[in-house]
Parts: sequence; structure tokens; C-alpha cells
Amino acid sequence: MSAGNHTVVGRRLPRVDALQQTTGQTQFADDLNPPGALVGRQLRSTHAHAAITSIDTVEAAALPGVKAVITGADLPITYGILPVSQDEHALALHRVRHVGEPVAAVAAIDAETAERALALIHVKYEPLTEVVTLDQALDPDRPLIHGEGDGQNVHRTAALEFGDVAEGFAAAGHVREDVYFFGGNTHAALETHAAVASCSPEGKVTLWSATQVPHYVHRALAKVLDIPAGRIRVIATPNGGGFGGKTDPFSHELVAAKLAMITGRPVKFNLSREDVFYAHRGRHPVLMWVKTGFESDGRITAMHFKSFLDGGAFGSYGTASLYYTGALQTSTYRIPNYCFEGMRVFTNKPACGPKRGHGTPQARFAIESQLDKAAADLGIDPVAIRVRNAVEPFSTTVNHLRITSCALNECIDAVVEQSGFHQKHGQLPEGRGVGLALGCYMSGAGLPIYFNKMPQSEVQLKVDRGGGVTVYSGATDIGQGSTSMLATVVAECLGLEPAELTMITADTDLTPVDLGSYSSRVTFMAGNAALEAATKVRTRLVEAVAAKLEAAVEDLEVANGRVGVLGDPESGVSWTEAVVLATAATGPLVESGSYTAPKLAGPYKGAGVGISPAYSYSACVVELEVDADTGMVDVDRVWIAHDIGKALNPLLCEGQVEGGVYMGLGEVLFEEQAFRDGLHRGPSLLDYKIPTSLETPTVHTTLIESDDPEGPYGAKEVGQGPLLPVIPAVANAIHDALGVHIDEVPITPDKIVAAMRDAARGGSGRVGPKGVPDFDFGELIRVEPPEGFVAP
Amino acid sequence: MTMRLPPFDLVTPTTLQEAAGLISDPTASIVGGGTDLFPKMKRRQTTPVTLVSLAEIDALKGIRIDDEGRCVIGAGVTLAELADSPLVPAVVASAADAIASPQIRNTATVGGNLCLDTRCNYIDMPELWREASGHCLKDGGDTCWVAPRSDHCWAISSTDLAPVAIALGGSLRLVAADGERIIDVDDFFQNDGIDYHTKSPGEIVVELLLPAFTGRATYLKHRRRGSIDFPLLGVAAAATFDDAARCTGIRLVVGAVASAPLRAIAAEEFLIGREFTDDVIEEATRLASNPVRPQDNTDTGSRYRKWMTPVFITRALQEIASDDTTNQEEEP
Amino acid sequence: MAERVLALRVNGETHRVLTSDHRTLLEVLREDLALTGTKHGCDVGECGACTVLLDGRPVLACLVLVSQVATGSVTTIEGLVEGGKPHELQSAFAELGAAQCGYCTPGMILSASALLDEVAQPDTDEIKAALTGNLCRCTGYNKIIEAVELAADRGQL
Repeated sequence: MSAGNHTVVGRRLPRVDALQQTTGQTQFADDLNPPGALVGRQLRSTHAHAAITSIDTVEAAALPGVKAVITGADLPITYGILPVSQDEHALALHRVRHVGEPVAAVAAIDAETAERALALIHVKYEPLTEVVTLDQALDPDRPLIHGEGDGQNVHRTAALEFGDVAEGFAAAGHVREDVYFFGGNTHAALETHAAVASCSPEGKVTLWSATQVPHYVHRALAKVLDIPAGRIRVIATPNGGGFGGKTDPFSHELVAAKLAMITGRPVKFNLSREDVFYAHRGRHPVLMWVKTGFESDGRITAMHFKSFLDGGAFGSYGTASLYYTGALQTSTYRIPNYCFEGMRVFTNKPACGPKRGHGTPQARFAIESQLDKAAADLGIDPVAIRVRNAVEPFSTTVNHLRITSCALNECIDAVVEQSGFHQKHGQLPEGRGVGLALGCYMSGAGLPIYFNKMPQSEVQLKVDRGGGVTVYSGATDIGQGSTSMLATVVAECLGLEPAELTMITADTDLTPVDLGSYSSRVTFMAGNAALEAATKVRTRLVEAVAAKLEAAVEDLEVANGRVGVLGDPESGVSWTEAVVLATAATGPLVESGSYTAPKLAGPYKGAGVGISPAYSYSACVVELEVDADTGMVDVDRVWIAHDIGKALNPLLCEGQVEGGVYMGLGEVLFEEQAFRDGLHRGPSLLDYKIPTSLETPTVHTTLIESDDPEGPYGAKEVGQGPLLPVIPAVANAIHDALGVHIDEVPITPDKIVAAMRDAARGGSGRVGPKGVPDFDFGELIRVEPPEGFVAP
Repeated sequence: MTMRLPPFDLVTPTTLQEAAGLISDPTASIVGGGTDLFPKMKRRQTTPVTLVSLAEIDALKGIRIDDEGRCVIGAGVTLAELADSPLVPAVVASAADAIASPQIRNTATVGGNLCLDTRCNYIDMPELWREASGHCLKDGGDTCWVAPRSDHCWAISSTDLAPVAIALGGSLRLVAADGERIIDVDDFFQNDGIDYHTKSPGEIVVELLLPAFTGRATYLKHRRRGSIDFPLLGVAAAATFDDAARCTGIRLVVGAVASAPLRAIAAEEFLIGREFTDDVIEEATRLASNPVRPQDNTDTGSRYRKWMTPVFITRALQEIASDDTTNQEEEP
Repeated sequence: MAERVLALRVNGETHRVLTSDHRTLLEVLREDLALTGTKHGCDVGECGACTVLLDGRPVLACLVLVSQVATGSVTTIEGLVEGGKPHELQSAFAELGAAQCGYCTPGMILSASALLDEVAQPDTDEIKAALTGNLCRCTGYNKIIEAVELAADRGQL
């Protein structure tokens, strides 16, 4: 649907729940206090790797006020977000794999009793050799954390070649090989995870949880509790920030439900800030090697990319994360020959998973940094090398990704012009610099997490006889504004205002399935489902009114609370009358809509990762100042342009862009989920430094509207993509400012000073990894480029 | 809320004498604003049976200039009051304003910051973490994890006010049940992460006394974020100069690199009588930096903090040498 | 462990609360008075989510003993609404998209309101400085700063 004259779409409206938020009325999970609720607490492992030889809960269970104590034996069924990685227990069974892994849980009448009970649970551990680093994981003298997998502690490998990389390199005039490291980091949403479970006397379990994925939590509960899904209801409470950190089913959710079933009373869990660092599922640390061939004009002839992911103790989304490190290189730049080899290891640390940009920011950092180096080698500027290789709209990549709308060049133009990049790059005084980078992200993963042929999103609309419209969607608002997005889409279609609608979301009893708030899928998928449902309602209204007015259906419009003749706002009937007419004519005004992504996967194993019905594009320029003596970086200004397809609500879309910029700056300059042996270096918001208002620059946002042919009103994603270019843009700007290369994220002041000192002594002025392990990724799967693929 | 305070009884005396009597009980602990103590108690680093609140003691309040021209700052003055006070030297106000966050400054006190417990990323950690790491020396264990072969604790003095107070030649009035004493702030501290000050358990810090000062002073605090964070390094310098721009007196103090603020005596002696030329500053920086041995027990690691020590010492000396920078005493 | 009855002044109303010395203002607000608009993100003074006003000044409710505020007056986010009408800051934050997930919002607004009570027309640096103790993970702060500016402008009308 093309963007025409809209009455709602494109307006800067507040979130539909904004005043509830600002007056303190929004009920987050920990704000729920059902009568008689017990307090749940988990006992967590103090060992990074150990066998559990015994757990004695007798004393804890006997403590007055303690209502139940459970251990791994009470929930022996494994789970995991991906069907291929069912490797977690709600409470550790026989073995612990990282410090902070839940081992036992209690429900008690109050927090103090629950905590006293934890101290009375006696766990005997037999320590095992810790496996903490990539090298240790691959060391045959170290133990296996989960059995063989794809090799010594290797969770998964991938090895794919599209086209002929050797031929591509042979044709290149210039070939670079670079090594980069991206340290892991975590979401650090302000709200710590919380969940409340209850169990009715009839045995129906209800879980309220700060989760991004109530549908997947629903499935995990049914599996682990071993009861039919129909006896479980999951309600996602508004998430106090998600960013991917609440996208797995978590121990405390399963344990809360189990304890509610045992005690017959509601049980509430709230993770401490420390616990959240152990729950983690954040950005993987990734070591990367990238070899790229260029023609003398900067055109890429081939790329070979290797990634080594340190996955932590469990699979989580790791298989997907692994493929994502290799999937979107080609959707940003036209790469005629491409080879991706990757592997993910298990280590005795909290499991990594998806964080905003899932698996792609690491590769983005490597590739965008390397492009600047290549441009310098070839004597062309950073803009030109990117423009020369930028992917084109309505094209197909060598790895079979279907590109539709794409305004990458417009994004580049916008930020280059606004920032005065050409006047600044290489020309600012020592210590000041600008950097450019691009990015691309998916508007929803093309495939669901578990194989099925059902729609990826369903929406229902009910219009009552008084004219009130209720929208039912499983989509979960994690702060990104999905509920407002749905209200916008429906209100636009029905000629109403978003604030007039009643929104029922993220409740598995009341709302139809939406797979969840991950992979930037909600606007595209739930938005399209909502549009389909609203269009059906609209059609019925128009038909009923057309009959009454004896007018042609195509001459009618639905706008401003009326259904009448196009261009004549006084004609026709009011919205409420139209509803009565339609209900009288054709029965209850209840409709549903759904969205199923087109079949997009290419003909190879691993093709399910990276496909999407549409891609967003971003370009970013950062201007900053570095104190060469202290390594302190002050980011002055950020210009970012994002191809969003259509900004359904520019105010909220800008908010997503600014938030992505902020999170990117935190990742590149401050944040690292770092460990000393198996111990987190600082599981607190004092030690894990997220930027304050003082570290956050002015952001100049430009939303570019490429009008996606399949997006709702032309819209694409905005929640994740804008983070991607920020990180390499900062790295490139630091190089522009000081001439040193920090090939390792985060770029902390100590690394900058180390590079400056190295340069002063005549060294390369580079800080970064020296190399990658000599690793056998297994047999390379050679994939023919898609039919009709034309090498640029 | 998952981290709660352990149970205790709160007593709120209204006089110093009463308070001094109460804290002679070894299971009691003094609490001022509580912003340092309560997180430690929530992490079960300490579990006092009784907390003696100093909040209602009038003798600890207020800032005044006494008959000798000294600025007398009550230990119960909040950091926000200190930062806003027109009576205190500007360097003190700006140092106070750089501590923690606005909310904490509204609660935290001068006495609390001066007596701030030494910090270390092996001790200021949650209970589970410390159990997993094996409790360190300061935490009742027998090993300092920062320097396992060492026999003492290397936790870091992280007070921002103490280096400034030392640079300004400040002293503290301490009151105990059996009397009172005045001690130089410089002598109040000792370089041991566990016994980091010389205050006896029965003593209460009542006042910080700063002599009238007409020279130039500065405090440079290095930290990753412009708010919330403790110093990675703090350099305080206060100097007087004669008409020929020669230094007539100086105190140079490096904070957050050891378990006590470190006076750079050799550098001070070198600087007396000299004009702060580039060469002089370079030599003074060398003298002041050489003995500094930061450990790897806070953000950014020891190597970086060692590198930064001369950078910030030089900058502090350049700042007080320069005529066009703020004369911290101009605006009373 | 002493228990005592306190007369706690919150949002202009006096509440009699039976409590223990070791309980924080945060716990009593949320658990005893059901004022769950006050959030918590770390419990140890590192995030600012639990900011409330004590006699008009922002403090961290997680680090204040409830027994120490018995003589003071506490304002929470719920207390900024007067006669059913949101405070200028609450309206401005809503209008300008200054709340995304909304979790830091109550504390952020209370810090901002203390600033506006002191400085009617703060500049950007003053606003940033006043909010440095309130971490936000969603917005990047820019829309928050704009909202404070808008509320300040409206307060001048």
C-alpha cells in the first residue's frame, strides 16, 4: 500500500499509554501484588563449573514461613529458545556451568524468610576445570561443557561459500586481511526481570512476566511443566526495557509457575541487578577475521569472513547469532563472491544471546572499519568506497537475500551533506575527527523460531455496538511503542484517532499469537496483520453505508469518524451509525487479520537466517574529540539517516533512532560484559558503565521514506538498525582524529592511550587482536548464486 | 527490590556526647547519609547490630568562618550544601559537586565522604560474587586478591574531599566520649585498605577545618562518566606564589591510587621557590608520579592509571601556574 | 529489631506505618503504601530509578531509611498529579516521546521537577547536570531534555 494522504500516519503523536507512564500508573511486573503472594528467590551457583554432588533442602523447607523448596530434580525437562538447543534446566541438574546459574528456589511468606531459607540450602559441589575463553574451550585438555557438539566445546559451525571467492580475490587489485574483536556487552534494561505466577484451584497457571516473547514462554512452560498449553496463560507486562534481554524463557519464569502450582499461591520473582548480569543473553564476544578484495576503484570483488563466537554456557539463540554474524554483509554491500565461516563455543560464563542488532553489530564493526582502511590504501574517500559498493533496491544478493526498498544512497547523502563530512574528514585539527559507517537490518526474521506453517502474527478487531474498537494482538510493548504502532495502523484505516482505541496486547488467553518483540518484526508483521483486520472491518462498514446511501463503494471514504462520500465530509453517516448498519447487515463486527512472510529462504542449510520481507538501511556520521593524553572521547554530534520505509509516527521513530545511537555509543565507548576467570568483573550499574546524560550527544535524525511495497503503509523497522553504524562510525572517527586504529570494542581510554604510546614509539598505533585460531570449520557448502544474479 | 538491609536498631542521638557513648559499642556503626554504608550493608559486607545516626546532631551542621578566618564545615553538612556554599573555597565546592550523583549529594555528608570506606572490585561486590571469588582479606578472608602475596589490603581511597582538604592544609576535629582532638587530614589517613584511617572506633568526625587560603588551588578528578563514578584518579594541588611567580608554598596530593591520599612531598619540596615553567612542572610531575603504584582493582586497570598519574599531575600544576585560570579564592 | 509506628507524610497525606528500622523508604512506598510508581533498578544507589523528593530535593529512596524521613515530606510521581491534572513535566514527557519503556520516567521527572522549582528556565547544561543521576536506557536523553525545556517554557506562561 502506498503512502497517500494520511490522517494519522505520519503525525507526531504521543504513545497511547504515555500519560500512564509519566504519572506512574504503568504496572510493570514487579508492581503486581496479588493477594497472598509469596516471595520467590533463587539460590545461584558460586562455581563457574562444577558437578553438584548433593543438595540438602531439609533445613530450608523446615524454616517457618517457607512454603516450598525446589531443585533441578523437580523440573527435569530441558528447554531452550531454539528447538535445536534444548540445553537448559530451570534449575541446574547435576552440573553448574556458570557463576550465578540458578540451582534451587524457594517460595516463602516474605523476602527475609526466603533469603534465610536460601542460606539453609546446602549444596555440595565438586569443582571442574573452568573453561572461560575461546582458547580454553578449544583446548583438548579442558573438559567438555555440553558434550561433543561440533567439536571440542564447539556448539555450532557454519561454512558457506557463495560464488567463487578464490576467483574474486584473483581478480582483485588490492586485498586486505584484518582481525577485529568485539567484546561482549549486555542489555542493562533499567527494569530487572520480574514475574508473578498463580495457579487456580482448577489447575490453570497464569504467568505475568516482563518478557518480550510471551508466546515462546508459553511453549516453554507447557514443555517444562509438562502440562497442556491450554492450561497456561502468559501475560507479558509492559517491559521496562528489553533490547533482547527478555527474549528467552528464563529460569525464574518456569520456577515461579512451578512454585505456584505446588503452593497454590501466587509467587513473585524479581531478579536483582546482579542476577540480571547472570541471566544475560547479551551481545556475543566475537573474534573476526575478514579478507576482502577490491578493484582499484574500491569495488569489492570478494569477501571471506570468519567469526568466532564465545557463547557462554548455553545455546540460547546462539545458532542464529552465529549465522547473523555472516548474514547481512551482502545486504549492505554488493559482494559478488562471499565466503562465511563461523563457529560458536561454549564457555563457563552466562549465556550470550540476542541484543539489539543480534549478531550483526560485531561484523558491522569489522567491515566498516576495514572499508576505511581499504579506502585509505586505495586513495579514495570513505564515502566513495561505500557508494561504489552500496546495495541497490530491488536486487538479489549472492547469498539469496531478496532486497526490496532500499534508500541507502539517500541515507549516505543526507548524513554526508548535513555533517559536512567532506570538509571535515582528514582536515580537522589533531584530536578531532569524523567517521562514517553504514548499516542494514531486517524487518523481522523471515522464518519463525520453530518450524510451522501458521501466520507469524495475527490480530483481531472487535467493534462494539457503541462504536468502540478493541484491538487484540499478541505483540509486546517493550518500550518501542508497538501498541501505539498498532493503534496508528488501525486508526488510520478506520478514520479514527489512535487514542480512541482500546488495545489488548500480549496475553495468550485474550490475544491471538504474535511471535514476539524480537528481530524488529512487529511493525512489519503485526502491523500488516492489523491492517488486514482493519481493512476487513472498513470494507464491511463501507458496504453497509454504500447500501444505505445507494452510493458506489469506491466513492466512499472512512475518515474523521465518519463514513461518507469522498471529499464531502458532511455526507454519509457517523462512525457509530456505520457500525450499527454494518452489524445489522452482516452480523458481529469482528474481524481478524494475519501476516505470513513470503517464502524467501535460499537453497542451503542456514538460509533461514538473514532473510526478511524488507531491510532497513542507515548511515551515520559521528564527530568527536579525543583527548590524546587521556584517551577520553567526547562525542559531539551524531548525524544519522535511517531508511524506515514510512514513519508511521515520526516522534516515536526518532525515539528509536536516538535510543539506538545511545546504545551504540555505550557499546563502543563504555560497556563490556567482562570476566576475570569465571567471575563477572562488575555485575552492577556502577561497574558496568552505561552513559549518563552527560555522555550523550546531540543527535540529528533524518528519516528517509522509501515506501516499502510490502510494509504496512510502506513502513519498515527502526528499533535495531540505527545502532549498527554508530559503533564503527566512532571507531573510524577516532582514527580520523588521532591516526590510531583501535580494532577492538569497547574502545576504552586505556586502549587509545596504549595505541598513542605505541605510535609514539614508532609502532603501528594499532590495538586489537593479533590473529584468529587455526580452526577447521568443516566442509564448505558451496552455494550457487541465485538465478539471474549479476555480479556488479 | 531484592537487596534489602539486614535488620538493625537505629538510634538517633541529639548530642555528640550521647553519640560518642553509643558508638563505643563494637557492634554499633555510625551512619551519616548512609549512601556508602547502606549499599555495603545490602551486600552484606557489614552487618552492624546498631546504627547510630548522626542526622539529628546540631553540632555537626552548618558551615561558618571562625574567628581565625578558618572555614569550619560540619561533618553532617551534605555534599549538595557544600557544593552550593559561598563560604567554602571554590575548589572544595567543585570537588563536592563532582561526587556521585545529584541525589546522592543531597543525602551524603562531608564526614561520610572523608571517612569513605576504601573501595576495591574484590570487595564492593554482591554477596554471591564474594562467596564465588573466595572472601578477600578485607572481607574476612586471608588473601588479598589484588596482590595475593601481600600481607595487607590494597583497597583504594576513593574520597574526593580528602585530597582537597589535605592540599588546603585542613584538619579534622574528632570527638570521643573522653575528649576531643584535632588532627591534620593528612595524618588522619594511613595506607592500608582495612585500617585506612587513624580514627578510633569511639571517635566521631565533627568538623573539617580549612585554614584561610589565598593561593590557587585545583582538583582534577578522572573518571569514565561525568557523574556517579568514583575517581580513577584525583589530583589536588594548592599553592601560593610570590610577586615573581615563584612558588612560596604548595601541597600536591594524589587520590585514588592507594589506600590513602598520597602527598607528593618530594615534588612539593622541589617546587618551593621555583617558577612553574614547563621544565619545572615536568620534573615535579616525575617526582610526584614515580612512587605511585596503582593496582588493578578498579575500572580501566593499573597500567592506565599509572599512565594517567603524570598527565593529571601536570595538568593540575599547569592550571595553578596559569594566571588566567580560576583563582579559586577570588569569589568568597 | 525495633518496630515503630511512623506518621509518614507522602504526597500531602499522612500515613501511619508500622515498620522496622532497617526498611527503606523505597520498600515502604511500594510495599506498604502501594505507591508503585516509584521504581527500582539497582537497590544500591547507582541508577536513579527510585528518585523521590524529600522536602523538595531529589533523593534515592533505596538509600534512605523510612524512619529517617518521619519529619520530612515525601513526593512521589503519583503526587505530582494535582486535581487529576498531570504536572507540566508529565504532560511534556508524554507529548515529546520522552518516555519509551517508562521505567526511568518517574525518577527522571522528579529530578526535573526539583530543578524547575529551583531554576525556572534552565539551560541545556543545567538540565543535563540535574539528570545525571537518572540513567535512561531507551531514549538517549535528548527527548527528555526537550521535554524539560518544554515544561519550563510552559511554566513561564
